[in-house]
Amino acid sequence: MPGPRSYLGVELARPRVGVFDFTSCEGCQLQFVNNEATLLDFLDLMELVNFREAMTEQAGDYDIALVEGSISRADEVTRLEKIRTQAKILVALGSCACFGGVNQLKNRFNDLKWVKKEVYGNFPIATQKVRPISDFVTVDFMLYGCPPRKEEIEKVVTNLVVGKKITMPKYPVCMECKANENICLFGLGEPCLGPITRAGCDAWCPNNRRGCWGCRGPAEAANVRELEAIMARHGFSREIIIDRLECFGGFAGQVAELRRQSEHPRKARSTGQA
Amino acid sequence: MIFATFSAKELPRLFDLLAANTVVGPVKKGTDSAGRPLYDFDVVYRFQDLRLDYPATIHSAKRHFLPHRESLCTFTMQGNDWEKQVDYNIYKPVVFFGLHACDINALNKLDKVLTAPPYPNPYYTAKRRNMFIIGQDCQPQPQCFCRSMGTDTALRGFDLFLTDLGDRYFAEILSATAYQFLRKIATRPPTVKDHDRYKEVVAERNRRFTTTVDTSDLTKLLDLEFESPAWQQWGDKCLSCGTCANVCPTCYCYGVEETVDLDLTGAAKTKYLYSCNLIDFAEVAGGHNFRPQTATRLKYRYYHKHRGFVEAYEEPLCVGCGRCGEACLAGITVPAVLASVRARGA
Ligand code: SF4
Ligand code: SF4
Ligand code: SF4
Ligand code: SF4
Ligand code: SF4
Repeated sequence: MPGPRSYLGVELARPRVGVFDFTSCEGCQLQFVNNEATLLDFLDLMELVNFREAMTEQAGDYDIALVEGSISRADEVTRLEKIRTQAKILVALGSCACFGGVNQLKNRFNDLKWVKKEVYGNFPIATQKVRPISDFVTVDFMLYGCPPRKEEIEKVVTNLVVGKKITMPKYPVCMECKANENICLFGLGEPCLGPITRAGCDAWCPNNRRGCWGCRGPAEAANVRELEAIMARHGFSREIIIDRLECFGGFAGQVAELRRQSEHPRKARSTGQA
Repeated sequence: MIFATFSAKELPRLFDLLAANTVVGPVKKGTDSAGRPLYDFDVVYRFQDLRLDYPATIHSAKRHFLPHRESLCTFTMQGNDWEKQVDYNIYKPVVFFGLHACDINALNKLDKVLTAPPYPNPYYTAKRRNMFIIGQDCQPQPQCFCRSMGTDTALRGFDLFLTDLGDRYFAEILSATAYQFLRKIATRPPTVKDHDRYKEVVAERNRRFTTTVDTSDLTKLLDLEFESPAWQQWGDKCLSCGTCANVCPTCYCYGVEETVDLDLTGAAKTKYLYSCNLIDFAEVAGGHNFRPQTATRLKYRYYHKHRGFVEAYEEPLCVGCGRCGEACLAGITVPAVLASVRARGA
């Protein structure tokens, strides 16, 4: 058991942290331990009591629950509710927990029976529509991204420990992309959701010459209508936009609005910001 | 002003003489989907990588004197106490090789805010005092409206300004350092023929301007048109993305973030260039946002540049480089916005 920690002479408790996973690839949890250079310092900030990816012993007593994954089975709901009762702070870790993530793509299909048969064949599993954890429990804080950036996780945990305010960028990815002086992908003939997606990933994809797919969900004041006009000017159809917007589930509201517009073009309402 | 002329063959020699320092200049960065080359400023190691015939760069050279992210200071914690370390992040003089008049004038404008009393910014000033600037004449592009902003020629703020006369350069020498460097290459005093050729080149360049902004009584006009429907029309298009400020050579607004090291033994203050178009630009402690609407934020960017700054310094905080309009995906350009405000609606 490591000794007490202090910051500027103030003694700090090590919060007891549990990491839990639901329907997901567990990549977000791996991000948690994915920086060898800082791993020991990072783990020294807390007392990990439940973390299937990195430890075998588990305890049921924790202050902070980091929850990865979306909810796709009835038994998951029960387990999630139990975690909520125990945790003082519940953090949604990654796009699946925040929005449903890539998993929620199956909700696109009207016939879930057919989906199950395609995926599980003769070994049926009692799954339901994929939903974000906030549909079932109160979420105190969202750590966006598929996966979230390691630096961001470290910053959030450090701030939680020293009691410092946690803030997330409200502006879109373009801001970080331009700060990195990337060449805009639209100029290179690629679509990109950077203008409407919440920043914080340091423009991870555009830095690597890939258009953004919106894994961090909408920025505040996301101007979807204007992005659609921009996409059209660059020769990208509404289907291409919807495809991207749907990928991680963060833009569910905006997608529904676009679909309504496609079905009832005359009744189309603005999807721009208020 | 002292003038000199030298053969184009001498320019690589001048570059090599200066290359003991960091040299920043225009380079080719790629090709767009229509096959057009794209240029930006970067550190240049070889003369042949310099593209002095560049039409324009996507970003300004700002990151070399106002970095998008800059560490302001770090702290080391010792028990109940702490020690502060400040670093102005300037290690070597920087040679800017090939700035157009607009970008030199942008530095002159920034100087008025960032190097003047009562609160000079030491990070900027330290970098500014360690610069050697070589200007380069340009070919006005369709987006350029520097003439309307009074920034189409640079009268100060550089060491040396070069005009390409074909086989030779016409040099304006403004500093003793520039004079000393030119003594190390073969130059000669310009002849009447050089003067005539120089005037021809300048006149030809000035004929090429295609975009203008009517700035007559602009500050008063902006006061009168504070409620113009034009602001809402542009606001409806704006993405609140901050791209315009990021590519702008004169935007200097910033935010500061304080972070604590993972091992709790240190902390840092980092400055981030920000943009008045971002949704939380005018958000204050307690969460109140003075400018929650996109249209209002867009309007205030124009009011700062073309009204407030003019009242304070008798010149706009815009050099007419057109970068913001080129980079704005929503197609919002300064000439179009100001014309629509003058015309009461787009
Ligand atoms: S590449 Fe994407 S994120 Fe970057 S500036 Fe262009 S639209 Fe924005
Ligand atoms: S650029 Fe877009 S898709 Fe890529 S990590 Fe950032 S938010 Fe996610
Ligand atoms: S804005 Fe003016 S000075 Fe700048 S490149 Fe264009 S024409 Fe030249
Ligand atoms: S004016 Fe254009 S570049 Fe500037 S914030 Fe609005 S959309 Fe972005
Ligand atoms: S506001 Fe636009 S045109 Fe004016 S200096 Fe900035 S980027 Fe150039």
